Amino acid sequence: MEATYIKRKKDGRIHIMSGNKGDIVLKWTIIILAILTVVAFLFFNYAGLELGSAIRETAYNLKVMFLEPTLNHFDLGEAFYQIGITLGLAFLATIIGAVIAFFLSLMTAANLAPVWVSRTVRVFVAIIRAVPTVLWVLIFAIAAGLGSEAAILGMLFHSIAYLVKAFSEAFEEVDKGIFEALRSTGANWWHIVKSGVLPSTFTYLLSWTFLRFEINFGVAVAMGAAAGAGGIGFELFMASSFYFDLREVGFITYSILIIAFLLEVISTRLKKRYFPATTTK
Amino acid sequence: MSLLTVEGLGKSYTADKQILKNINFEIKAGEFVSIIGPSGAGKSTMLRCINRMVEFNEGNILFNQQDVGSLNKKGLRKLRTNIGMVFQHYNLVPRLTVIENVLHGRFGYKTTFQGLLGRYTEEEKERAFYLLEKLGIHEHAYKRCDQLSGGQQQRVGICRALIQEPKLVLCDEPIASLDPNSSKIIMDHLKSISTEMGITCLVNLHQVEVAQHYSDRIIGLNNGEIVFNGTAYELTQEKINHIYGTKTKDLIIA
Amino acid sequence: MNEKTMRKHRWQSGIFLLILIVLTYLSSAITTFNFMEGMATIPEAMGWIFSNLLVSQESFEKLPKILEKLAETIFMSIAATTIAAVVSLFLGVLGSNTTKVNNFLSVFARFIASVSRNIPVVAWSLILLISFGQNSVTGFLALFAGTVGFLTRAFIESIDEASQSSVEALTATGATYFQIVGKAVIPQCLPQMISWVLFMVETNIRNATLVGILTGTGIGYTFDMYYKMLNYNVVALITLCIVITVIIVDLISNYVRKVIL
Repeated sequence: MEATYIKRKKDGRIHIMSGNKGDIVLKWTIIILAILTVVAFLFFNYAGLELGSAIRETAYNLKVMFLEPTLNHFDLGEAFYQIGITLGLAFLATIIGAVIAFFLSLMTAANLAPVWVSRTVRVFVAIIRAVPTVLWVLIFAIAAGLGSEAAILGMLFHSIAYLVKAFSEAFEEVDKGIFEALRSTGANWWHIVKSGVLPSTFTYLLSWTFLRFEINFGVAVAMGAAAGAGGIGFELFMASSFYFDLREVGFITYSILIIAFLLEVISTRLKKRYFPATTTK
Repeated sequence: MSLLTVEGLGKSYTADKQILKNINFEIKAGEFVSIIGPSGAGKSTMLRCINRMVEFNEGNILFNQQDVGSLNKKGLRKLRTNIGMVFQHYNLVPRLTVIENVLHGRFGYKTTFQGLLGRYTEEEKERAFYLLEKLGIHEHAYKRCDQLSGGQQQRVGICRALIQEPKLVLCDEPIASLDPNSSKIIMDHLKSISTEMGITCLVNLHQVEVAQHYSDRIIGLNNGEIVFNGTAYELTQEKINHIYGTKTKDLIIA
Repeated sequence: MNEKTMRKHRWQSGIFLLILIVLTYLSSAITTFNFMEGMATIPEAMGWIFSNLLVSQESFEKLPKILEKLAETIFMSIAATTIAAVVSLFLGVLGSNTTKVNNFLSVFARFIASVSRNIPVVAWSLILLISFGQNSVTGFLALFAGTVGFLTRAFIESIDEASQSSVEALTATGATYFQIVGKAVIPQCLPQMISWVLFMVETNIRNATLVGILTGTGIGYTFDMYYKMLNYNVVALITLCIVITVIIVDLISNYVRKVIL
């Protein structure tokens, strides 16, 4: 008299999991990540590592950095100037990226462009994204020489890739009714973009652009340090790898932190206001 | 014998606005009682004071001769296992199966570890299936909850409350998000819970007719105060107007 | 919408545009960036890339060495991400408004996350390099530090979004705090969280290149070495390897995401 809808294990106990594909893939993803992590620690190159002293030293270094920050090799005005350069690099990469991304995303959004164009742009963007920013900058530096041009062009590529994805998704969410209404009045493609798509997505586009600016600030710091693009990142690199001046490293880190905090506060506000229900990448 | 006694209950979030004022009522074991009143009258808050999902400021609540207000953490947990709760939005874990969601109702009886490891006894699982069958959703037992319709999800919610083996079930607008058909099914099930299983039901409702049709007794709440407490028969049109007071008047004038 | 608000709107847009132009001008001035020159270098750079950045026969001899370093980088990224995910899970649960234990710990968790996220990976690498030396652990820790911050914020958002209602229901059944977190909150948010973790693995492989250049580990170090030796054929091969890796990881995570979400 057993009901057929109850699933039992071999030992007669009742199953309670559904065992669908999603759950299984989820489980295996976690298991594989865990195994790879364990393997990673076995594979690591531990050359020259003395964990005990390294931790102690790092703790001491962090203490010096954060509790005794000073400037030794340049003054406060210079620090502001360098931060300005980093912000400038980030801003230019973002604003030029946003303009280019706007046009590219019109070609990517499934409801605005033919399928083959949209696919081509997507593949193109995926390849651009796969090359780390620092490699773009270094590659451009060979052709254009080290400096702001190489840095901005290198950063531009990822900004475009990121914003195209965000923008085209925003365009795809535009209500179909607006298209129909405009098309029925005989509006052409540009009219639809200007009076249908832009007004309803403009604030989104701005918020995404600002979020990218926040990211680009961090990237600009990194490019300064790793690719010699100048700005506060370069000073950070010099202070830590050239002068070994922890106090200065501390000061620079604080200044980066303050800017990053400010940007984060603004972008959190923007997010709360314009997309309360979505998470952002 | 009264299962639940509420005396002088008061609740305010801010000093100047009282959500509930001097609420007094009693509920006998096995009764089916509806609470009606306009939105913002304090129905939800009142329901949640009973199992202290919301802490109240004044008065006493006695449940099963126990002073609810003075319970410590452990006592509160014990109290909550004895009171099932059904929500307007079902409040299930959407990614888990129906049967897992039902078994969540047993957490109150388990240690933290048993619960975390999902150690349910075979009797509990059998019981869960029995309840699902009783509410007619046993074929969906292994489906994810977000694949079910609203009415089906609400039935899962009821099963979760029943598997607690509660003495009292609190229902917060159980049919407010459902279509008329599903609403009827849900209300019929709730009614049979009280008549067949002898479990007391306290239901917040929006629809006066539904309340009149199903309840042994109706409590009318307006602006944080009880303005009616009697049988469906005693609830005349005049009384209804009194409960929904100002609103109906506004409508007529407008 | 009357004419007055329309005009006000237009006026605001004008001001906004003006501010953007001024900022662009200031940025160009401070970074000595010449827009025209910059744009002009693009075709030049592209031309250079297509004529010099080619994988040659002899560069293939370096492939085993490159793959070994690439593997180190991938493992470093995965290990950093998963360990960070475990830490972030705790911080996320403490930090979320739905599941916080108390306000102090919530603010504390958010503060840790914010600091670790906002100190750039570069700074972590440079600081750790001083005492940990040139090895995988340095890269691992630098990536770990940045990832904890990012994932904690993402996890807090997932938890906040997903689970308020089921938390209420389980509280009402008399479940304990850990039962609620373990059986309602985490199952609910897990797919979202794994999706973030996969995203972070991919990001970290790219960041590992940067960290590698600074700390002398993994594929970044190899890249930097051949870059400085002006051996662009090998540079091209390394870039290609990284691109293929990232795209494969991207495809895998997209597949997983599609199935689990």
